[in-house]
Amino acid sequence: MDHASLASTFNKDEPRVDWHDESLWWVRQKRDLQARSVADWEVLREVASAIKNNVLANLGTYLQAFESHAIKRGIVVHWAADAGEHNAIIHRILEENRITAMVKSKSMLTEECGLNAYLADRGIHVVDSDLGERILQLADERPSHIVMPAIHKKKEEIGELFHEFLGTPKGESDPQRLTEAARLHLREVFLTRKAALTGVNFAIAETGEFVVCTNEGNADMGAHLSDVHIASMGIEKLIPQREHLGVFLRLLARSGTGQPITTYSSHFSGPRQGQQMHIVIVDNGRSTQLGRADFKASLKCIRCGACMNTCPVYRRSGGYSYRTTVAGPIGSILAPNLDMRDYADLPFASTLCGSCTNVCPVKIDIHEQLYKWRQVLAKEGHVAHSKSLLMKGAAAVLSRPSWYQVSGKLLRWFLRHFPKIASKFTKWSDHRELPEAPKQTFAGWYKQNRVERNG
Amino acid sequence: MDSKRKILDAIARHKHPPVPLPDLDRLGFISGDQVAAFTATLTAIGGRSFQLGGKMAIAEKVRELWGGRGRVITTLDYLADVGEQVFPGDIIPQRLHDVELAIIEARYAVAENGAVWIPEVLMGHRIVPFICQHLAVVVPIGAILPTMHDAYRLIGSEQYGFACFIAGPSKTADIEQALVLGAHGPRTMTVFILVETT
Ligand code: SF4
Repeated sequence: MDHASLASTFNKDEPRVDWHDESLWWVRQKRDLQARSVADWEVLREVASAIKNNVLANLGTYLQAFESHAIKRGIVVHWAADAGEHNAIIHRILEENRITAMVKSKSMLTEECGLNAYLADRGIHVVDSDLGERILQLADERPSHIVMPAIHKKKEEIGELFHEFLGTPKGESDPQRLTEAARLHLREVFLTRKAALTGVNFAIAETGEFVVCTNEGNADMGAHLSDVHIASMGIEKLIPQREHLGVFLRLLARSGTGQPITTYSSHFSGPRQGQQMHIVIVDNGRSTQLGRADFKASLKCIRCGACMNTCPVYRRSGGYSYRTTVAGPIGSILAPNLDMRDYADLPFASTLCGSCTNVCPVKIDIHEQLYKWRQVLAKEGHVAHSKSLLMKGAAAVLSRPSWYQVSGKLLRWFLRHFPKIASKFTKWSDHRELPEAPKQTFAGWYKQNRVERNG
Repeated sequence: MDSKRKILDAIARHKHPPVPLPDLDRLGFISGDQVAAFTATLTAIGGRSFQLGGKMAIAEKVRELWGGRGRVITTLDYLADVGEQVFPGDIIPQRLHDVELAIIEARYAVAENGAVWIPEVLMGHRIVPFICQHLAVVVPIGAILPTMHDAYRLIGSEQYGFACFIAGPSKTADIEQALVLGAHGPRTMTVFILVETT
């Protein structure tokens, strides 16, 4: 099923869509407050973008520097070309240590690689310790958002799950009490697991250390109580120097959840005495994306989630409609890199309004890349006929200013008279009506008002 | 080994024009009352702070706030009367599961986000600031810095096996975006701002 059909399924429950929309918009507003409270916010974004551009231009060098420093600090470094290798490496580490149960903090990379299922097939039990991910693990679902995995779930549904699996009273849906139940349940897990897996937010080439950001403290509870700590990271997580963390840690949580910083920014720079620390560096298609001049900037992403929270399509179609680990605008650029044919619909799941680009802390030109993907996909023959016709039409119109003006007039007339038909063209706007179209173009309004004021 | 070569070769196949690293010197250095700013931010993220004149005042405050409430551990010798001393090296982390309160020292505090910087040597054991039900941290008033840039300038190339910025109590909003303090780590975070009066 493509994005449009999945979105229309999601849209069947209108109050739920509104609720989903509002939850995310609230987070977006918190982000705005934080961004405005930082005087040098825009400079910060510029600097972050420049650092990441430098990383992409020197990725090989930085990866090797990172590896050699990490090894000196007693960390074992592994390289995985794809998801299969990543999973096999982790399985081997666990097997060598005779470990059959592991606790895991949030890692979208392990989701991408399908690690839990792989290990389950081999008799290894994995417990996700991030509250959102634990909820979804109990529900046998996948994260619908990279930062707030269970954003689509209602507290009553979570209450039901916890009643069934954690023994909370039937009908209990108070977030405080449900969280307390999860805390008690997971403490037991942390205290008894010999192995812990964490993600990586930033890896520092200069020092060989890596930084993990959480609010719950679950990555630390897992890692510091374990005999074996494994961290999985994509090759794009590198940053050159420790002082660059100042830039990214100022941006990450402010952009993502509207907090000044996550509660914990943990710098791991070597195992404790008697502990093993492993890092698995994963490519899985990233080096291919690095070779696509138009799309390599997507590798600058620090996975803050801001582009999802602000996206009018994501908010109203839900994370599952993208069918990928990373949903939303950035996911729609990353997914076709892995499989153009399967994900050809995703770059079309956007209004190209540019809101994503405006909030992105590392200044990825997200909506422009979406537009470019549409062209690439059409050229490669992966776009359904109707969409490619529409696009050709749009290109023809946009490249001729006079046509554009005429077609604008036509469109406004059309929208005023047949708003319901217009919204049928795009599936995610089924069940909702377009705002009333203005009687006048902006250009026309401007001309008139200028003349009136000047005259 | 093979995969490493494969990945590095795949990366090397793409040539990119050189991009210089930006200058960070223009970031940070905010003026104003950093102690007040730190206190306000920490409060906003669910923590609290007390300005205290001298180490004895801290001991007194600890007794006042937590007197007789379960297991207290500390790395600070001047708090030997109020809590069990822990020393790096002799800790089995699981045995700290019942710690009610841990009191340790932080090296720096950051006004813009309410975080404190704690390298491993000040923790006793890496698990200490996470496994306790309540965390209290002592920061000298002169160590409160405006921004993260100022903090990293001072951290410089300090060596540690582990270090952490901690900002407030552990929290989650994973259930319908409702903020709950005390997810997996401490339920409360108290910062004692130490004003030495010698
Ligand atoms: S693309 Fe930008 S806004 Fe979106 S998740 Fe990545 S860093 Fe955040």
